[in-house]
Amino acid sequence: MTNHWVDIRNADLILAMGGNPAEAHPVGFRWVMEAKEKNDARLVVVDPRFTRTAAVADYFAEIRTGTDIAFLGGLINYLIETDQIHHDYVRAYTDASLIVREEFGFEDGLFTGYDAESNEYATESWNYEYDDEGFARRDDTLQHPRCVFQLMREHYSRYTLEVVSNVCGTPRAKIEHVWAMVGETAASDRTMTILYALGWTQHSIGSQIIRTAAMVQLLLGNMGLRGGGVNALRGHSNIQGLTDLGLLSNLLPGYMRLPKDDEQDYTNYIQERARPPLVPDQVSYWRYYERFHVSLMKAWFGDAATAENDWCFEWLPKLSETLYDVLHTFERMHHGEVNGYFCQGFNPLAAFPHKAKITASLSRLKYLVVIDPLRTETAEFWKNHGEYNDVDPSTIDTEVFRLPTTCFAEENGTIVNSSRWLQWFWAAAPPPGEARPDTAILAGLFLRLQRLYREEGGAFAEPLLNLHWPYRFPEEPSPAELAREYNGWALEDVEDEERRIVVRAGEQLEDFGMLRADGSTACGCWLFAGCWPEEGNLMTRRDNSDPYGTGQTLGWAWAWPANRRILYNRASARPDGTPWATRKAVVWWNGQRWVGNDVPDFPTDSEPAANQRPFIMNQTGSGQFFARDRMVEGPFPEHYEPFETPIANNPLHPDNPLAKHNPGARVFEEDRANFGTFEEFPHAATSYRLTEHFHYWTMHNRLNAITQPEKFVEIGESLASELGIERGDRVRVSSKRGHIDAVAVVTKRIRPLQVAGQTVHQIGIPLHWGFLGETKKSHLTNTLTPSVGDANTQTPEYKSFLVRVDKL
Amino acid sequence: MTLKITRRQFFKLGAAGMATSSMAMMGFAPEPAVASIRHFKLSGAKITRSNCTYCSVGCGVLLYSRGDEAINTIDNIYHVEGDPDHPVSRGSLCPKGSGLLDYVNSDSRLSHPQVREPGTDEWKQISWDEALDRIARHMKDDRDANFVTQNDAGSTVNHWLTTGFLAASASTNETAYLTQKIVRSLGMLVFDNQARV
Repeated sequence: MTNHWVDIRNADLILAMGGNPAEAHPVGFRWVMEAKEKNDARLVVVDPRFTRTAAVADYFAEIRTGTDIAFLGGLINYLIETDQIHHDYVRAYTDASLIVREEFGFEDGLFTGYDAESNEYATESWNYEYDDEGFARRDDTLQHPRCVFQLMREHYSRYTLEVVSNVCGTPRAKIEHVWAMVGETAASDRTMTILYALGWTQHSIGSQIIRTAAMVQLLLGNMGLRGGGVNALRGHSNIQGLTDLGLLSNLLPGYMRLPKDDEQDYTNYIQERARPPLVPDQVSYWRYYERFHVSLMKAWFGDAATAENDWCFEWLPKLSETLYDVLHTFERMHHGEVNGYFCQGFNPLAAFPHKAKITASLSRLKYLVVIDPLRTETAEFWKNHGEYNDVDPSTIDTEVFRLPTTCFAEENGTIVNSSRWLQWFWAAAPPPGEARPDTAILAGLFLRLQRLYREEGGAFAEPLLNLHWPYRFPEEPSPAELAREYNGWALEDVEDEERRIVVRAGEQLEDFGMLRADGSTACGCWLFAGCWPEEGNLMTRRDNSDPYGTGQTLGWAWAWPANRRILYNRASARPDGTPWATRKAVVWWNGQRWVGNDVPDFPTDSEPAANQRPFIMNQTGSGQFFARDRMVEGPFPEHYEPFETPIANNPLHPDNPLAKHNPGARVFEEDRANFGTFEEFPHAATSYRLTEHFHYWTMHNRLNAITQPEKFVEIGESLASELGIERGDRVRVSSKRGHIDAVAVVTKRIRPLQVAGQTVHQIGIPLHWGFLGETKKSHLTNTLTPSVGDANTQTPEYKSFLVRVDKL
Repeated sequence: MTLKITRRQFFKLGAAGMATSSMAMMGFAPEPAVASIRHFKLSGAKITRSNCTYCSVGCGVLLYSRGDEAINTIDNIYHVEGDPDHPVSRGSLCPKGSGLLDYVNSDSRLSHPQVREPGTDEWKQISWDEALDRIARHMKDDRDANFVTQNDAGSTVNHWLTTGFLAASASTNETAYLTQKIVRSLGMLVFDNQARV
């Protein structure tokens, strides 16, 4: 979240789209109701289903799954053409005025630079024009035909009401109604918050859907203000923390990135990441990348990391692929290229798409290690559970270890919620039997490996033999020790520019401003620096007072970065430092420094006349309408159809097959052969979560099993009557990849849509239930889903695929 | 951490105490044999602050357990409720959070290391030492056989791609940090968590 849960109460309009917080985040959703009751806010829901969030909404519009870019792109067009944008904000705080290279263009669904052979873009043309000093050229009147604003305007001019309605299947009057409600928040004293979750991420165009939402919020001037923002509700309790700590194939802690295999030189590696400002005087905070990096290497490799050996740069593994994501990994595993796999609190057999492929892949492993508090389907993928897991154990040669761990109630530590709060919790009881904390299991394995390498030698042992291990009990590093390490400490006295000591050797760091690139500081995650300073563990703080009445509760736990509760909050004030509106104020300039009800997300002494812009992590200091880099399929989001679409072509580009689906997506050949067509599987399906369950975990809880005991699917009334299905009938839902059986819930909540001249029915499939636990045994939902991901993140397209429904 | 009594609880206890004592003054005291009133289920419990680990709202929960951590006593959690002081959840729990007790005490909790040998149809209980020794041996053999120092172009890559690791979105930052540190020191790149899906 750019903002936070309690801040939702400050919104005037809440757009829930790509998420269903009333059911998936029920307690957080109370702040939506609080906004409605206390702030006279209105709630708008745009969703394929009339959800429980929709049930309490002021307005609901149905939409075909996977068409959100069309809906939001049309909104951008509407806001610009009806002049409902926050002009001063757009001019001062976005890249709207920057001028793009002449070579850049977009034609028939493709941006310049596309190579159909490799499915990749050459992105040189996606850039600004620069002056002799290396700064982007600009036109502050926004009239230049190649300034970002005019290019964006032209790009979305195609997204008319008719086009949007034709793609999304949403009736025109409803689209207009939603757009008009959103347009009202262009006023500087009104904000809209956008709440989204996996309903946006789990599409082959997921990242660009979210970017479109961010563009809308920039046009309306809703970023950085109370009750504004683009808020990822996030699906798991510490998915935020694991992302922050970089537990993804290509990342290091704090969103730093591992080197690619062509980055052999340390200096170039840093220069590529330590980005200078592209607009004069901007902060461009990533310019300090080397401080974060060297401090991480000192935390990991201690005295072994020196300036002479480039801080152990050679020891970092280099990427030969953009990502080693899970789809990529299971493709390799399927071809026998992976021998061992660890699943720590993760149930891929149930959670990954195309279950048949997952089973076949796990069967090719030599060893599988499952570290979990519970029995999981993955750990028993080799076991025959009748029709629900029909395998022959004697033909599966994978050696499977199942290691019992503690659950949250049996350990100390922190998790990061979607408000970016690190909240410390305490163990209440010992774990069952011989179960151990993950830290002890990992340390046990690691120390054994170290011993084996010392005794036997082996491949490239230096990094693991030199890993800094300063823990009092080496077999079980304590949460407190690890938290102090990711906060970081000084190895030598650290001085500022005027040679004043800011932190002494051995002391904990107070913030990431104290980090140095000369090896004098160690820090495991620069973004978390400040959570455990010299004064103690701030993550345990329990002061829930709210002296400003803004809901920021700065004394409760600790939020990254630097205890800031609202990101980009400098944008809540005008360029001259006064708030856009008192009721939306977060920080302001008091004549000497930035003050307010939150920690300023800005250099506190940067006076307004210095003209530094609020988005301090960006090289332009601005919010980006134009994605010059980082997005593989283009600088502006464009609608492409899901890989399994219920219509014949992309209505925006009916004559260009290359622009039917995301042109930047990676599809493995065998997976492509497993895509179904709408002739055979005519209905659009989407998967989702229920209030009563959490994935496959709560299947093991009696209380949750009682409330939702058995697998069901939701079918609209008109389709049900067409197929002769009545409420309570058993049905089979099939995709190209397999089938599931379930009870039919016939409902008014899903309506047929008119899309591109045809009727499209959508089927709702909860992702819960498996073949273990207290609930009735069932097939896993991901038997059905396709193995293709978002072009940038490779997050699978769980939310849009094709099925057929048959009565059993 | 032990919970200090809240203002609301203080008034409740005070009121209950007053009612009992005035009843006694008016001569309604029961016979000595049954004078011991039934205690509240939660009185005497140890209260521990925690957070729900399902979705990402991060609701505060209070875990009530028996036992004083002394030798020969077993602490078990027997009640879970929302933390009224928590600024987001203010004491509420959803149906998932309300079922946390059943998760902690589920019949599906694992209590001992086990192995399923290749081609067999059963779990076999083993000791921690055997489990960790065998896994470490697998890891080292695979790493030594498949570690790549240089790629075909002659560039140094120093990576190990034949063993992968999925990390847990419900684990703590401290576990996650240690996992990241170890995994990278081994040269692993096939590494993701639930954020990927």
